Amino acid sequence: MDKDFNPKTLVADPERPPIIEPGHTFGSVSDKIGSFVLTHRTPKGWWVGFGIGFVGVMLLGQTLANLLLRGTGIWGVTNPVGWGFDIINFVWWIGIGHAGTLISAILLLLRQEWRTSINRFAEAMTLFAVACAAMYPLFHTGRPWLAIYWLFPYPNTMGIWPQFRSPLMWDVFAVATYGTVSLLFWFVGLIPDLATLRDRSRKRIPRFIYGMLAMGWRGSARHWSRYETAYLLLAGLSTPLVLSVHTIVSFDFAVGVIPGWHATIFPPYFVAGAIFAGFAMVLILAIPIRAFYRLEDFITMRHLDNMAKIILVTGLIVAYGYMMEAFFGWYSANPYESFMILNRMKGPYATIYWLLIACNVLAPQAFWFKSMRASIPALFIVSVIVSFGMWFERFIIVVTSLHRDFLPSSRGMYYPTRWDFGMFFGTIGLFISLLFLFLRFLPMISIFEMRTILPQAEVKEVK
Amino acid sequence: MKRRRPIYGLLAEFDNPTDLVAAAQRVHDYGYTKMDAYSPYPIEELHEAMGMHGNKLPFLVLCGGILGGLGGYFMQYWMSVIDYPIHIGGRPLHSWPSFIPITFEMTVLGAALTAVFGMLALNGLPMPYHPVFNVPSFALASRDRFFICIEAADSKFDPDATRRFLETLKPRAIAEVPH
Repeated sequence: MDKDFNPKTLVADPERPPIIEPGHTFGSVSDKIGSFVLTHRTPKGWWVGFGIGFVGVMLLGQTLANLLLRGTGIWGVTNPVGWGFDIINFVWWIGIGHAGTLISAILLLLRQEWRTSINRFAEAMTLFAVACAAMYPLFHTGRPWLAIYWLFPYPNTMGIWPQFRSPLMWDVFAVATYGTVSLLFWFVGLIPDLATLRDRSRKRIPRFIYGMLAMGWRGSARHWSRYETAYLLLAGLSTPLVLSVHTIVSFDFAVGVIPGWHATIFPPYFVAGAIFAGFAMVLILAIPIRAFYRLEDFITMRHLDNMAKIILVTGLIVAYGYMMEAFFGWYSANPYESFMILNRMKGPYATIYWLLIACNVLAPQAFWFKSMRASIPALFIVSVIVSFGMWFERFIIVVTSLHRDFLPSSRGMYYPTRWDFGMFFGTIGLFISLLFLFLRFLPMISIFEMRTILPQAEVKEVK
Repeated sequence: MKRRRPIYGLLAEFDNPTDLVAAAQRVHDYGYTKMDAYSPYPIEELHEAMGMHGNKLPFLVLCGGILGGLGGYFMQYWMSVIDYPIHIGGRPLHSWPSFIPITFEMTVLGAALTAVFGMLALNGLPMPYHPVFNVPSFALASRDRFFICIEAADSKFDPDATRRFLETLKPRAIAEVPH
């Protein structure tokens, strides 16, 4: 960080809430965040939350077992809609993950210091969302144990290689790289905090585990110098990466010739939609965590306000995307394109289309008003609506384009079965379980970065 | 003079980053080279005070990225054109635009892996044991204390003179670091 940049000026702005409440010291920040992990007593609320998630994990286990025994026929996918819940949920989950990378990488490069108290759990959210997303295409192959040689180029006994001209292969590389880099970024950020936990824990076993994970980090100035370089480079690498991932996800559609998919607007429209959905999910998670763990002094109204503004901006970009789809349906003068957009608005899935418009275009407009951005119930409700809206958007993109393409003979309907819903709710349960384990065993807020934004972290001029 | 047990160095403890940076500057100016400072968060001014200029990591990451990108491209070229040529939709075997997304992803992957493992390797981590951990108060280096250690291996190190020098820096405490 350069010398002209003074975090105190951010705090002292009387008009806006601070990014950390005054009165904290290096010690109090370390102890407060560390105490959630090092406490002996697990709060009852934690068991309730983890229990709900664990029910979902059980459901996921049952669904997957049934799927592997009986095959993908238990799902609602059939001709002509071969991409049902799998691709809808894959795109939905991976999009949610993108907000975590945006907060940790792009906002770091833009020197948005308010990101500090939300980046750790947003990155955790990214990892868990990518894990949930990756399950869908893997199980959609029907035989995941064979998918290794379909998807990854490794020398196999059949002497064949994957087809690199297919966007689906690009997707494998994009998602695998994204998952790996997100994990590395998250882990590098954790190293100094793991050292803090190692030094603070009084019991042997936690001290040993945190000590091994911290790898002997001792806060040496020479180490910090390389650490900061690595962290900044990772942020710089993650920024184009996160944009490329959803671009490539959109190529899965845009490279095809199906009406409603074959559009150049897809990459930016998908990336904006991902950030939109992701920030909604960050708010959905941050609001209860903040209340439950009494983190109002770290995750202040300033954070919630800023995230609401990002939702509003990306929501407007997404709304522009919907407008352009409708405009090109008319302007292209292509009968299939215009049929596609009219079918969305008036066809069998019209209810979902209009729900999507209501959720993604109308609901976020509430955030124009400061009173809405300052109201926690409003923030929470709009975020939930946006999450539903983005799921509807993926449903509309996947299903309405496939169920009526060019020939009346290839028309059909798609109805998800209970096993489709089972896997969807199952991955939500997996996500919740992983998140609760993270909250219990790792510092949910980056302790060392919180120290840097304290006023006393500043080195004063020596006389 | 009675013989002392060999020690790793002397560790001075400070309360705040300003004192630490000022002390590190003095230690550096005095000519100690085998020294290190420890802080609970990165301090930009400290690197300057200790006379550190950049590091090798960005260059390594550049190399990692280039290798990843070239490796990614030629992997696809070799597999699609040489080892297993297959005609799909009349497209040329060397259909380079289709190879760009994976080349890009492999570039990022190569660079990111180099950044993380390069940083750990240059820092000599993992290193579970280090003599400074023998000083009990050093546990606070990951909370709210700041330390400077002058190593006994430094050519200017003398147990008594170095201690007297450290005392002039007005630390909170000075401790011997046993091996």
